[in-house]
Amino acid sequence: MATLLDFPHGQPLTTAVPRPPAPIVRLRSFSRGFGETRVIDRLDLDIAPGEFVALLGRSGSGKTTLLRTLAGLDDVDGDEVDVPASRAVVFQDARLLPWKRVWKNVALGLQGPDVRARAEAALHEVGLGHRLDAWPLTLSGGEAQRAALARALVREPKLLLLDEPFAAVDALTRMKMHALVLALWTSHHPAVMLVTHDVDEALLLADRVLVLDGGRIAHEERVASERPRRIGDESDARTRLLHHLGVAAAPSAGDTGALRRSHV
Amino acid sequence: MAVPSRSWSSSLMRSRWLSPTLLVLAWELGARSGVIPAHTLAAPSAVVVTLWHMLMSGELPVSLAVSSVRVAAGLGIGVTLGIVLALLAGLSRPGEVAVDAPVQMLRTLPVLALSPLFIVWFGIGETPKIALIAFGSMFQVYLNLYNGICGVDVRLVDAARSFGLGRVGLIVHVILPAALPSLLVGLRYALSVAVLILVVAEQINASAGLGYLINNARDFMRTDIIVVCLIVYAALGLAIDAAIRAVEGRALAWRPRLVEV
Ligand SMILES: Nc1ncnc2c1ncn2[C@@H]1O[C@H](COP(=O)(O)OP(=O)(O)O)[C@@H](O)[C@H]1O
Ligand SMILES: [Mg+2]
Repeated sequence: MATLLDFPHGQPLTTAVPRPPAPIVRLRSFSRGFGETRVIDRLDLDIAPGEFVALLGRSGSGKTTLLRTLAGLDDVDGDEVDVPASRAVVFQDARLLPWKRVWKNVALGLQGPDVRARAEAALHEVGLGHRLDAWPLTLSGGEAQRAALARALVREPKLLLLDEPFAAVDALTRMKMHALVLALWTSHHPAVMLVTHDVDEALLLADRVLVLDGGRIAHEERVASERPRRIGDESDARTRLLHHLGVAAAPSAGDTGALRRSHV
Repeated sequence: MAVPSRSWSSSLMRSRWLSPTLLVLAWELGARSGVIPAHTLAAPSAVVVTLWHMLMSGELPVSLAVSSVRVAAGLGIGVTLGIVLALLAGLSRPGEVAVDAPVQMLRTLPVLALSPLFIVWFGIGETPKIALIAFGSMFQVYLNLYNGICGVDVRLVDAARSFGLGRVGLIVHVILPAALPSLLVGLRYALSVAVLILVVAEQINASAGLGYLINNARDFMRTDIIVVCLIVYAALGLAIDAAIRAVEGRALAWRPRLVEV
Protein backbone atom coordinates (compact mmCIF):
# COMPACT_ATOMS: atom_id res chain seq x y z
CA MET A 1 0.00 0.00 0.00
CA ALA A 2 1.12 3.50 -0.72
CA THR A 3 1.57 5.80 2.18
CA LEU A 4 1.08 9.51 2.12
CA LEU A 5 4.83 9.99 2.32
CA ASP A 6 5.27 8.44 -1.08
CA PHE A 7 3.35 11.16 -2.82
CA PRO A 8 5.50 13.39 -4.96
CA HIS A 9 2.88 16.09 -4.79
CA GLY A 10 4.17 17.41 -1.52
CA GLN A 11 4.66 20.97 -2.73
CA PRO A 12 2.83 23.25 -0.33
CA LEU A 13 -0.37 24.56 -1.82
CA THR A 14 -0.94 28.16 -0.85
CA THR A 15 -4.34 28.62 0.70
CA ALA A 16 -5.21 31.34 -1.80
CA VAL A 17 -5.20 28.95 -4.74
CA PRO A 18 -8.69 27.59 -5.43
CA ARG A 19 -9.02 23.88 -4.86
CA PRO A 20 -8.18 22.10 -8.13
CA PRO A 21 -10.89 19.81 -9.49
CA ALA A 22 -10.60 16.17 -8.50
CA PRO A 23 -8.31 14.37 -10.93
CA ILE A 24 -10.01 12.22 -13.50
CA VAL A 25 -7.09 9.78 -13.60
CA ARG A 26 -5.42 8.80 -10.37
CA LEU A 27 -2.68 6.18 -10.12
CA ARG A 28 -0.87 5.53 -6.87
CA SER A 29 2.20 3.36 -6.62
CA PHE A 30 1.17 1.47 -9.72
CA SER A 31 3.54 -1.28 -10.82
CA ARG A 32 3.51 -3.64 -13.71
CA GLY A 33 6.00 -6.11 -15.12
CA PHE A 34 6.42 -9.06 -17.39
CA GLY A 35 8.14 -11.99 -15.77
CA GLU A 36 11.13 -10.73 -13.83
CA THR A 37 11.37 -7.27 -15.36
CA ARG A 38 9.39 -4.40 -13.88
CA VAL A 39 8.26 -2.09 -16.64
CA ILE A 40 6.26 0.31 -14.47
CA ASP A 41 7.60 0.71 -10.96
CA ARG A 42 5.49 2.38 -8.24
CA LEU A 43 4.28 5.13 -10.54
CA ASP A 44 2.03 7.99 -9.42
CA LEU A 45 -0.02 9.93 -11.93
CA ASP A 46 -2.84 12.46 -11.78
CA ILE A 47 -4.61 13.92 -14.79
CA ALA A 48 -7.13 16.74 -14.31
CA PRO A 49 -10.39 16.88 -16.28
CA GLY A 50 -9.78 18.46 -19.66
CA GLU A 51 -6.01 18.47 -19.22
CA PHE A 52 -3.78 17.70 -22.21
CA VAL A 53 -0.86 15.55 -21.06
CA ALA A 54 1.94 14.28 -23.26
CA LEU A 55 3.95 11.23 -22.21
CA LEU A 56 7.47 10.97 -23.56
CA GLY A 57 9.82 8.07 -23.16
CA ARG A 58 12.35 5.98 -24.90
CA SER A 59 11.19 3.02 -26.94
CA GLY A 60 10.48 0.18 -24.53
CA SER A 61 10.18 2.47 -21.52
CA GLY A 62 6.64 1.28 -20.83
CA LYS A 63 4.49 4.02 -22.42
CA THR A 64 2.16 1.56 -24.12
CA THR A 65 2.02 -0.56 -20.99
CA LEU A 66 0.88 2.46 -18.99
CA LEU A 67 -1.63 3.47 -21.66
CA ARG A 68 -3.11 -0.03 -21.80
CA THR A 69 -3.73 0.16 -18.07
CA LEU A 70 -5.48 3.52 -18.42
CA ALA A 71 -7.51 2.02 -21.27
CA GLY A 72 -8.62 -0.85 -19.07
CA LEU A 73 -7.10 -3.42 -21.43
CA ASP A 74 -5.03 -5.09 -18.71
CA ASP A 75 -6.24 -6.31 -15.35
CA VAL A 76 -5.20 -4.16 -12.43
CA ASP A 77 -5.14 -6.60 -9.59
CA GLY A 78 -5.37 -4.67 -6.38
CA ASP A 79 -3.48 -1.60 -7.56
CA GLU A 80 -4.85 1.83 -6.91
CA VAL A 81 -5.97 2.82 -10.39
CA ASP A 82 -8.84 5.24 -10.94
CA VAL A 83 -9.78 5.94 -14.54
CA PRO A 84 -13.11 7.19 -15.87
CA ALA A 85 -15.38 4.62 -17.47
CA SER A 86 -15.83 6.99 -20.38
CA ARG A 87 -12.56 6.70 -22.30
CA ALA A 88 -11.41 5.93 -25.80
CA VAL A 89 -8.15 4.94 -27.45
CA VAL A 90 -6.48 5.76 -30.75
CA PHE A 91 -3.67 3.31 -31.48
CA GLN A 92 -0.60 3.87 -33.60
CA ASP A 93 -1.99 1.56 -36.27
CA ALA A 94 -5.57 2.69 -36.76
CA ARG A 95 -6.94 -0.81 -36.04
CA LEU A 96 -10.09 -0.37 -38.06
CA LEU A 97 -11.95 -3.62 -38.66
CA PRO A 98 -11.32 -4.21 -42.37
CA TRP A 99 -14.63 -6.02 -42.90
CA LYS A 100 -16.75 -3.10 -41.73
CA ARG A 101 -17.29 0.05 -43.73
CA VAL A 102 -15.79 3.19 -42.24
CA TRP A 103 -18.98 4.50 -40.63
CA LYS A 104 -19.68 1.07 -39.11
CA ASN A 105 -16.22 1.06 -37.61
CA VAL A 106 -16.95 4.40 -36.00
CA ALA A 107 -20.29 3.09 -34.76
CA LEU A 108 -18.71 -0.06 -33.29
CA GLY A 109 -20.13 -0.73 -29.85
CA LEU A 110 -22.06 2.55 -29.77
CA GLN A 111 -25.26 2.49 -27.74
CA GLY A 112 -28.33 4.64 -27.92
CA PRO A 113 -30.35 6.25 -30.70
CA ASP A 114 -29.18 7.60 -34.05
CA VAL A 115 -25.98 5.56 -34.05
CA ARG A 116 -25.49 6.07 -37.76
CA ALA A 117 -26.12 9.82 -37.63
CA ARG A 118 -23.68 10.22 -34.75
CA ALA A 119 -21.01 8.17 -36.50
CA GLU A 120 -21.42 10.19 -39.69
CA ALA A 121 -21.29 13.47 -37.81
CA ALA A 122 -18.01 12.44 -36.18
CA LEU A 123 -16.57 11.48 -39.57
CA HIS A 124 -17.62 14.84 -41.02
CA GLU A 125 -15.92 16.53 -38.08
CA VAL A 126 -12.56 14.90 -38.87
CA GLY A 127 -12.97 15.68 -42.57
CA LEU A 128 -13.89 12.19 -43.75
CA GLY A 129 -17.45 12.97 -44.79
CA HIS A 130 -16.69 11.75 -48.29
CA ARG A 131 -15.46 8.29 -47.21
CA LEU A 132 -18.37 7.17 -45.02
CA ASP A 133 -19.01 3.97 -46.98
CA ALA A 134 -15.42 3.18 -47.91
CA TRP A 135 -13.70 -0.06 -46.94
CA PRO A 136 -10.95 0.69 -44.39
CA LEU A 137 -8.24 -0.96 -46.48
CA THR A 138 -8.79 1.63 -49.19
CA LEU A 139 -8.02 4.55 -46.83
CA SER A 140 -4.65 6.28 -46.78
CA GLY A 141 -2.65 6.22 -43.54
CA GLY A 142 -3.78 9.70 -42.57
CA GLU A 143 -7.41 8.98 -43.41
CA ALA A 144 -7.35 5.79 -41.37
CA GLN A 145 -5.96 7.70 -38.40
CA ARG A 146 -8.68 10.32 -38.76
CA ALA A 147 -11.30 7.58 -38.85
CA ALA A 148 -9.77 6.17 -35.66
CA LEU A 149 -10.00 9.65 -34.10
CA ALA A 150 -13.66 9.87 -35.11
CA ARG A 151 -14.29 6.45 -33.61
CA ALA A 152 -12.81 7.63 -30.32
CA LEU A 153 -14.55 11.03 -30.29
CA VAL A 154 -18.01 9.78 -31.15
CA ARG A 155 -18.10 8.28 -27.65
CA GLU A 156 -17.64 11.76 -26.10
CA PRO A 157 -14.93 10.36 -23.82
CA LYS A 158 -13.81 12.06 -20.63
CA LEU A 159 -10.37 10.58 -21.25
CA LEU A 160 -8.85 10.31 -24.72
CA LEU A 161 -5.79 8.07 -24.97
CA LEU A 162 -3.53 8.46 -28.00
CA ASP A 163 -0.69 5.96 -28.45
CA GLU A 164 1.78 7.51 -30.93
CA PRO A 165 -1.09 8.19 -33.31
CA PHE A 166 0.94 10.25 -35.75
CA ALA A 167 4.14 8.22 -35.81
CA ALA A 168 3.29 6.42 -39.02
CA VAL A 169 1.99 9.34 -41.10
CA ASP A 170 4.05 11.70 -43.21
CA ALA A 171 5.22 15.06 -41.89
CA LEU A 172 2.62 17.14 -43.73
CA THR A 173 -0.23 14.93 -42.61
CA ARG A 174 1.15 15.02 -39.08
CA MET A 175 0.97 18.81 -39.00
CA LYS A 176 -2.65 18.69 -40.15
CA MET A 177 -3.40 16.03 -37.54
CA HIS A 178 -1.90 18.22 -34.80
CA ALA A 179 -4.24 21.04 -35.74
CA LEU A 180 -7.17 18.62 -35.90
CA VAL A 181 -6.46 17.14 -32.48
CA LEU A 182 -6.19 20.62 -30.96
CA ALA A 183 -9.44 21.70 -32.58
CA LEU A 184 -11.24 18.58 -31.37
CA TRP A 185 -9.78 18.98 -27.90
CA THR A 186 -10.92 22.60 -27.78
CA SER A 187 -14.47 21.76 -28.80
CA HIS A 188 -14.97 18.53 -26.81
CA HIS A 189 -12.50 19.13 -24.01
CA PRO A 190 -11.67 15.60 -22.91
CA ALA A 191 -8.62 14.95 -20.79
CA VAL A 192 -5.97 13.73 -23.24
CA MET A 193 -2.95 11.55 -22.73
CA LEU A 194 -0.81 11.62 -25.85
CA VAL A 195 2.00 9.07 -25.95
CA THR A 196 4.74 10.21 -28.27
CA HIS A 197 8.47 10.02 -28.76
CA ASP A 198 8.58 13.41 -30.42
CA VAL A 199 9.56 16.19 -27.98
CA ASP A 200 8.42 18.95 -30.31
CA GLU A 201 5.04 17.36 -30.81
CA ALA A 202 4.61 17.16 -27.04
CA LEU A 203 5.58 20.82 -26.55
CA LEU A 204 3.31 21.90 -29.39
CA LEU A 205 0.19 20.29 -28.00
CA ALA A 206 0.30 19.57 -24.28
CA ASP A 207 -0.38 21.46 -21.05
CA ARG A 208 2.04 19.16 -19.28
CA VAL A 209 4.81 16.93 -20.61
CA LEU A 210 5.91 13.86 -18.65
CA VAL A 211 9.02 11.76 -19.18
CA LEU A 212 8.68 8.09 -18.34
CA ASP A 213 11.98 6.51 -17.39
CA GLY A 214 12.94 3.64 -15.12
CA GLY A 215 9.28 2.84 -14.66
CA ARG A 216 8.46 6.22 -13.12
CA ILE A 217 7.67 9.78 -14.11
CA ALA A 218 11.27 10.98 -14.18
CA HIS A 219 10.54 14.56 -15.21
CA GLU A 220 7.63 16.91 -15.71
CA GLU A 221 7.37 20.17 -17.71
CA ARG A 222 4.42 22.50 -17.59
CA VAL A 223 3.82 24.40 -20.81
CA ALA A 224 1.80 27.51 -20.13
CA SER A 225 2.12 29.40 -23.41
CA GLU A 226 -0.87 30.20 -25.56
CA ARG A 227 -1.87 27.97 -28.44
CA PRO A 228 -1.35 27.78 -31.35
CA ARG A 229 2.34 27.35 -30.63
CA ARG A 230 5.23 27.11 -32.99
CA ILE A 231 8.03 24.60 -32.92
CA GLY A 232 10.96 26.16 -31.08
CA ASP A 233 8.84 28.32 -28.75
CA GLU A 234 9.86 26.32 -25.70
CA SER A 235 13.54 25.81 -26.31
CA ASP A 236 14.51 25.63 -22.60
CA ALA A 237 11.88 23.05 -21.81
CA ARG A 238 12.96 21.19 -24.93
CA THR A 239 16.56 21.03 -23.78
CA ARG A 240 15.55 19.78 -20.33
CA LEU A 241 13.24 17.13 -21.77
CA LEU A 242 15.88 15.90 -24.17
CA HIS A 243 18.34 15.77 -21.31
CA HIS A 244 15.98 13.55 -19.32
CA LEU A 245 15.51 11.36 -22.35
CA GLY A 246 19.28 10.87 -22.46
CA VAL A 247 19.78 12.77 -25.73
CA ALA A 248 21.94 15.82 -26.24
CA ALA A 249 19.75 18.59 -27.60
CA ALA A 250 20.04 19.11 -31.32
CA PRO A 251 21.66 22.49 -32.05
CA SER A 252 18.83 23.81 -34.18
CA ALA A 253 15.47 23.82 -32.49
CA GLY A 254 12.85 22.31 -34.73
CA ASP A 255 14.90 19.37 -35.86
CA THR A 256 12.20 16.94 -34.91
CA GLY A 257 13.99 14.11 -36.59
CA ALA A 258 16.92 14.09 -34.16
CA LEU A 259 15.18 12.33 -31.32
CA ARG A 260 13.27 9.98 -33.54
CA ARG A 261 16.41 8.87 -35.32
CA SER A 262 18.14 8.21 -32.04
CA HIS A 263 15.44 5.67 -31.16
CA VAL A 264 15.29 3.75 -34.38
CA MET B 1 -1.47 -10.72 -97.58
CA ALA B 2 0.72 -12.95 -95.47
CA VAL B 3 0.33 -10.87 -92.34
CA PRO B 4 -3.33 -11.59 -91.49
CA SER B 5 -2.96 -15.29 -92.15
CA ARG B 6 0.08 -15.47 -89.92
CA SER B 7 -1.66 -13.65 -87.06
CA TRP B 8 -4.67 -15.94 -87.53
CA SER B 9 -2.56 -19.05 -87.35
CA SER B 10 -0.52 -17.75 -84.40
CA SER B 11 -3.67 -16.88 -82.46
CA LEU B 12 -4.90 -20.39 -83.24
CA MET B 13 -1.62 -21.83 -81.97
CA ARG B 14 -1.91 -19.86 -78.77
CA SER B 15 -5.54 -20.81 -78.15
CA ARG B 16 -6.03 -22.95 -75.08
CA TRP B 17 -8.71 -24.88 -76.94
CA LEU B 18 -6.46 -26.11 -79.69
CA SER B 19 -4.88 -29.14 -78.09
CA PRO B 20 -8.02 -30.42 -76.30
CA THR B 21 -9.92 -30.14 -79.58
CA LEU B 22 -7.22 -32.06 -81.44
CA LEU B 23 -7.25 -34.74 -78.75
CA VAL B 24 -11.01 -35.19 -79.02
CA LEU B 25 -10.70 -35.34 -82.81
CA ALA B 26 -8.00 -37.99 -82.55
CA TRP B 27 -10.13 -39.94 -80.10
CA GLU B 28 -13.11 -39.80 -82.47
CA LEU B 29 -10.98 -40.86 -85.43
CA GLY B 30 -9.42 -43.69 -83.44
CA ALA B 31 -12.84 -44.93 -82.38
CA ARG B 32 -14.30 -44.76 -85.87
CA SER B 33 -11.38 -46.48 -87.53
CA GLY B 34 -11.52 -49.26 -84.95
CA VAL B 35 -8.13 -48.52 -83.39
CA ILE B 36 -9.97 -47.85 -80.09
CA PRO B 37 -12.61 -50.56 -79.59
CA ALA B 38 -15.95 -49.40 -78.12
CA HIS B 39 -15.54 -51.61 -75.03
CA THR B 40 -12.26 -49.80 -74.26
CA LEU B 41 -13.50 -46.26 -74.81
CA ALA B 42 -16.63 -45.12 -76.64
CA ALA B 43 -16.32 -42.42 -79.30
CA PRO B 44 -17.06 -38.83 -78.22
CA SER B 45 -19.99 -38.72 -80.59
CA ALA B 46 -21.39 -41.88 -79.00
CA VAL B 47 -20.94 -40.35 -75.57
CA VAL B 48 -22.92 -37.27 -76.64
CA VAL B 49 -25.73 -39.41 -78.02
CA THR B 50 -25.83 -41.48 -74.85
CA LEU B 51 -25.85 -38.33 -72.73
CA TRP B 52 -28.83 -37.07 -74.69
CA HIS B 53 -30.74 -40.34 -74.28
CA MET B 54 -30.00 -40.53 -70.58
CA LEU B 55 -31.18 -36.96 -70.14
CA MET B 56 -34.38 -37.58 -72.06
CA SER B 57 -35.22 -40.83 -70.33
CA GLY B 58 -34.86 -39.13 -66.95
CA GLU B 59 -32.29 -41.71 -65.88
CA LEU B 60 -29.49 -39.18 -65.52
CA PRO B 61 -31.46 -36.41 -63.77
CA VAL B 62 -32.83 -38.91 -61.24
CA SER B 63 -29.40 -40.40 -60.52
CA LEU B 64 -27.87 -36.94 -60.24
CA ALA B 65 -30.59 -35.92 -57.80
CA VAL B 66 -29.98 -39.02 -55.65
CA SER B 67 -26.24 -38.34 -55.56
CA SER B 68 -26.72 -34.62 -54.90
CA VAL B 69 -28.96 -35.36 -51.94
CA ARG B 70 -26.24 -37.60 -50.51
CA VAL B 71 -23.62 -34.88 -50.88
CA ALA B 72 -25.92 -32.21 -49.51
CA ALA B 73 -26.94 -34.26 -46.48
CA GLY B 74 -23.38 -35.32 -45.71
CA LEU B 75 -22.05 -31.82 -46.16
CA GLY B 76 -24.86 -30.30 -44.13
CA ILE B 77 -24.05 -32.51 -41.18
CA GLY B 78 -20.27 -32.37 -41.59
CA VAL B 79 -20.03 -28.62 -42.07
CA THR B 80 -22.35 -27.92 -39.16
CA LEU B 81 -20.39 -30.24 -36.87
CA GLY B 82 -17.09 -28.77 -38.05
CA ILE B 83 -18.23 -25.22 -37.35
CA VAL B 84 -19.64 -26.07 -33.93
CA LEU B 85 -16.51 -27.95 -32.88
CA ALA B 86 -14.19 -25.21 -34.19
CA LEU B 87 -16.14 -22.56 -32.29
CA LEU B 88 -16.00 -24.66 -29.13
CA ALA B 89 -12.27 -25.23 -29.47
CA GLY B 90 -11.40 -21.76 -30.69
CA LEU B 91 -13.41 -19.66 -28.27
CA SER B 92 -12.90 -21.36 -24.92
CA ARG B 93 -9.98 -22.92 -23.17
CA PRO B 94 -11.95 -25.94 -21.81
CA GLY B 95 -13.42 -26.41 -25.28
CA GLU B 96 -9.95 -26.47 -26.79
CA VAL B 97 -8.77 -29.09 -24.31
CA ALA B 98 -11.85 -31.24 -24.84
CA VAL B 99 -12.17 -30.98 -28.61
CA ASP B 100 -8.87 -30.28 -30.28
CA ALA B 101 -6.79 -33.28 -29.18
CA PRO B 102 -9.31 -35.98 -30.18
CA VAL B 103 -10.12 -34.25 -33.47
CA GLN B 104 -6.44 -33.91 -34.34
CA MET B 105 -5.98 -37.62 -33.66
CA LEU B 106 -9.01 -38.72 -35.66
CA ARG B 107 -8.10 -36.63 -38.66
CA THR B 108 -5.03 -38.78 -39.33
CA LEU B 109 -7.38 -41.65 -40.25
CA PRO B 110 -7.93 -42.03 -43.99
CA VAL B 111 -11.68 -41.51 -44.07
CA LEU B 112 -12.35 -44.19 -46.67
CA ALA B 113 -10.66 -46.80 -44.48
CA LEU B 114 -13.59 -46.34 -42.14
CA SER B 115 -16.14 -47.57 -44.68
CA PRO B 116 -16.12 -51.21 -43.49
CA LEU B 117 -16.78 -50.04 -39.96
CA PHE B 118 -19.52 -47.67 -41.11
CA ILE B 119 -21.18 -50.47 -43.10
CA VAL B 120 -21.13 -52.68 -40.00
CA TRP B 121 -22.64 -49.86 -37.97
CA PHE B 122 -25.09 -48.37 -40.41
CA GLY B 123 -25.85 -51.15 -42.93
CA ILE B 124 -25.64 -50.64 -46.67
CA GLY B 125 -28.31 -48.00 -47.21
CA GLU B 126 -27.90 -44.24 -47.45
CA THR B 127 -26.66 -43.79 -43.90
CA PRO B 128 -23.05 -45.02 -44.22
CA LYS B 129 -22.53 -42.94 -47.40
CA ILE B 130 -23.85 -39.79 -45.77
CA ALA B 131 -21.89 -40.54 -42.60
CA LEU B 132 -18.64 -40.95 -44.54
CA ILE B 133 -19.17 -37.66 -46.38
CA ALA B 134 -20.08 -35.91 -43.13
CA PHE B 135 -17.03 -37.33 -41.36
CA GLY B 136 -14.64 -36.38 -44.15
CA SER B 137 -15.92 -32.86 -44.67
CA MET B 138 -16.12 -32.10 -40.96
CA PHE B 139 -12.34 -32.17 -40.55
CA GLN B 140 -11.71 -29.77 -43.40
CA VAL B 141 -14.08 -27.22 -41.92
CA TYR B 142 -12.88 -27.77 -38.37
CA LEU B 143 -9.16 -27.48 -39.09
CA ASN B 144 -9.43 -24.35 -41.21
CA LEU B 145 -11.93 -22.49 -39.06
CA TYR B 146 -10.08 -23.37 -35.85
CA ASN B 147 -6.84 -22.10 -37.36
CA GLY B 148 -8.61 -18.96 -38.50
CA ILE B 149 -9.97 -18.27 -35.04
CA CYS B 150 -6.57 -18.86 -33.42
CA GLY B 151 -4.97 -16.49 -35.93
CA VAL B 152 -7.26 -13.53 -35.25
CA ASP B 153 -5.24 -10.33 -34.83
CA VAL B 154 -5.17 -9.66 -31.08
CA ARG B 155 -4.62 -5.98 -31.77
CA LEU B 156 -8.05 -5.79 -33.39
CA VAL B 157 -9.52 -7.68 -30.45
CA ASP B 158 -7.88 -5.20 -28.07
CA ALA B 159 -9.19 -2.24 -30.01
CA ALA B 160 -12.72 -3.62 -30.06
CA ARG B 161 -12.51 -4.36 -26.34
CA SER B 162 -11.43 -0.80 -25.67
CA PHE B 163 -14.65 0.33 -27.32
CA GLY B 164 -16.71 -1.65 -24.88
CA LEU B 165 -17.47 -4.79 -26.87
CA GLY B 166 -18.27 -7.75 -24.65
CA ARG B 167 -17.60 -11.40 -25.36
CA VAL B 168 -20.55 -11.86 -27.67
CA GLY B 169 -19.83 -8.58 -29.46
CA LEU B 170 -16.22 -9.62 -29.98
CA ILE B 171 -17.23 -12.96 -31.46
CA VAL B 172 -19.83 -11.44 -33.78
CA HIS B 173 -17.99 -8.30 -34.91
CA VAL B 174 -14.34 -9.34 -34.78
CA ILE B 175 -13.55 -13.03 -34.41
CA LEU B 176 -16.04 -14.56 -36.83
CA PRO B 177 -15.51 -12.02 -39.64
CA ALA B 178 -11.76 -12.39 -39.21
CA ALA B 179 -12.04 -16.17 -39.45
CA LEU B 180 -14.46 -16.13 -42.37
CA PRO B 181 -11.81 -16.41 -45.10
CA SER B 182 -10.44 -19.51 -43.37
CA LEU B 183 -13.94 -20.95 -43.07
CA LEU B 184 -14.46 -20.49 -46.79
CA VAL B 185 -11.18 -22.24 -47.55
CA GLY B 186 -12.31 -25.08 -45.31
CA LEU B 187 -15.63 -25.18 -47.11
CA ARG B 188 -13.92 -25.46 -50.45
CA TYR B 189 -11.82 -28.42 -49.29
CA ALA B 190 -14.86 -29.97 -47.64
CA LEU B 191 -16.78 -29.87 -50.90
CA SER B 192 -14.07 -31.49 -52.96
CA VAL B 193 -13.54 -34.16 -50.30
CA ALA B 194 -17.29 -34.74 -50.26
CA VAL B 195 -17.42 -35.40 -54.01
CA LEU B 196 -14.41 -37.71 -53.73
CA ILE B 197 -15.99 -39.74 -50.94
CA LEU B 198 -19.30 -39.79 -52.82
CA VAL B 199 -17.68 -41.44 -55.82
CA VAL B 200 -16.06 -44.19 -53.78
CA ALA B 201 -18.93 -44.73 -51.36
CA GLU B 202 -21.45 -45.06 -54.19
CA GLN B 203 -19.41 -47.69 -55.92
CA ILE B 204 -19.12 -49.84 -52.82
CA ASN B 205 -22.81 -50.48 -52.79
CA ALA B 206 -25.68 -48.52 -54.24
CA SER B 207 -29.04 -49.14 -55.86
CA ALA B 208 -29.42 -45.63 -57.21
CA GLY B 209 -27.30 -42.62 -58.05
CA LEU B 210 -24.37 -41.93 -60.32
CA GLY B 211 -22.22 -44.63 -58.75
CA TYR B 212 -24.96 -47.19 -59.38
CA LEU B 213 -25.09 -46.13 -63.03
CA ILE B 214 -21.33 -46.55 -63.33
CA ASN B 215 -21.40 -49.96 -61.69
CA ASN B 216 -24.11 -51.21 -64.04
CA ALA B 217 -22.34 -49.78 -67.04
CA ARG B 218 -19.14 -51.53 -65.99
CA ASP B 219 -20.95 -54.89 -65.90
CA PHE B 220 -22.17 -54.36 -69.47
CA MET B 221 -18.92 -52.72 -70.63
CA ARG B 222 -20.86 -49.58 -71.60
CA THR B 223 -17.93 -47.17 -71.65
CA ASP B 224 -20.14 -44.46 -73.11
CA ILE B 225 -22.26 -44.41 -69.93
CA ILE B 226 -19.17 -44.46 -67.75
CA VAL B 227 -17.78 -41.42 -69.57
CA VAL B 228 -21.11 -39.61 -69.24
CA CYS B 229 -21.05 -40.21 -65.50
CA LEU B 230 -17.46 -38.96 -65.27
CA ILE B 231 -18.49 -35.79 -67.06
CA VAL B 232 -21.36 -35.33 -64.65
CA TYR B 233 -19.05 -35.77 -61.64
CA ALA B 234 -16.75 -33.11 -63.08
CA ALA B 235 -19.71 -30.80 -63.66
CA LEU B 236 -20.83 -31.36 -60.07
CA GLY B 237 -17.40 -30.33 -58.80
CA LEU B 238 -17.34 -27.25 -61.03
CA ALA B 239 -20.83 -26.19 -59.95
CA ILE B 240 -19.90 -26.48 -56.29
CA ASP B 241 -16.73 -24.49 -56.86
CA ALA B 242 -18.64 -21.75 -58.67
CA ALA B 243 -21.10 -21.55 -55.78
CA ILE B 244 -18.27 -21.08 -53.27
CA ARG B 245 -16.68 -18.43 -55.47
CA ALA B 246 -19.94 -16.52 -55.57
CA VAL B 247 -20.23 -16.65 -51.78
CA GLU B 248 -16.60 -15.54 -51.40
CA GLY B 249 -17.09 -12.62 -53.76
CA ARG B 250 -19.92 -11.30 -51.63
CA ALA B 251 -18.63 -12.14 -48.17
CA LEU B 252 -15.07 -10.95 -48.71
CA ALA B 253 -15.87 -7.79 -50.64
CA TRP B 254 -13.73 -5.82 -48.18
CA ARG B 255 -10.50 -7.50 -49.23
CA PRO B 256 -8.30 -5.19 -51.26
CA ARG B 257 -7.84 -7.73 -54.02
CA LEU B 258 -11.57 -7.75 -54.61
CA VAL B 259 -12.30 -4.13 -53.83
CA GLU B 260 -12.91 -1.89 -56.81
CA VAL B 261 -10.98 1.22 -55.81
N1 LIG C 1 2.85 -8.64 -23.38
C1 LIG C 1 4.16 -8.47 -23.05
N2 LIG C 1 4.90 -9.53 -22.63
C2 LIG C 1 6.19 -9.38 -22.29
N3 LIG C 1 6.86 -8.21 -22.35
C3 LIG C 1 6.18 -7.12 -22.74
C4 LIG C 1 4.80 -7.20 -23.13
N4 LIG C 1 4.40 -5.96 -23.48
C5 LIG C 1 5.48 -5.16 -23.33
N5 LIG C 1 6.55 -5.86 -22.91
C6 LIG C 1 7.86 -5.30 -22.60
O1 LIG C 1 7.69 -4.20 -21.73
C7 LIG C 1 8.54 -3.14 -22.10
C8 LIG C 1 7.74 -1.89 -22.33
O2 LIG C 1 6.98 -2.03 -23.48
P1 LIG C 1 6.04 -0.88 -24.03
O3 LIG C 1 5.14 -0.44 -22.95
O4 LIG C 1 5.39 -1.38 -25.27
O5 LIG C 1 7.09 0.26 -24.38
P2 LIG C 1 6.90 1.60 -25.23
O6 LIG C 1 5.47 1.72 -25.62
O7 LIG C 1 7.35 2.69 -24.32
O8 LIG C 1 7.81 1.50 -26.39
C9 LIG C 1 9.32 -3.59 -23.32
O9 LIG C 1 10.58 -4.01 -22.88
C10 LIG C 1 8.52 -4.74 -23.84
O10 LIG C 1 9.37 -5.69 -24.44
MG1 LIG D 1 4.53 1.81 -27.53
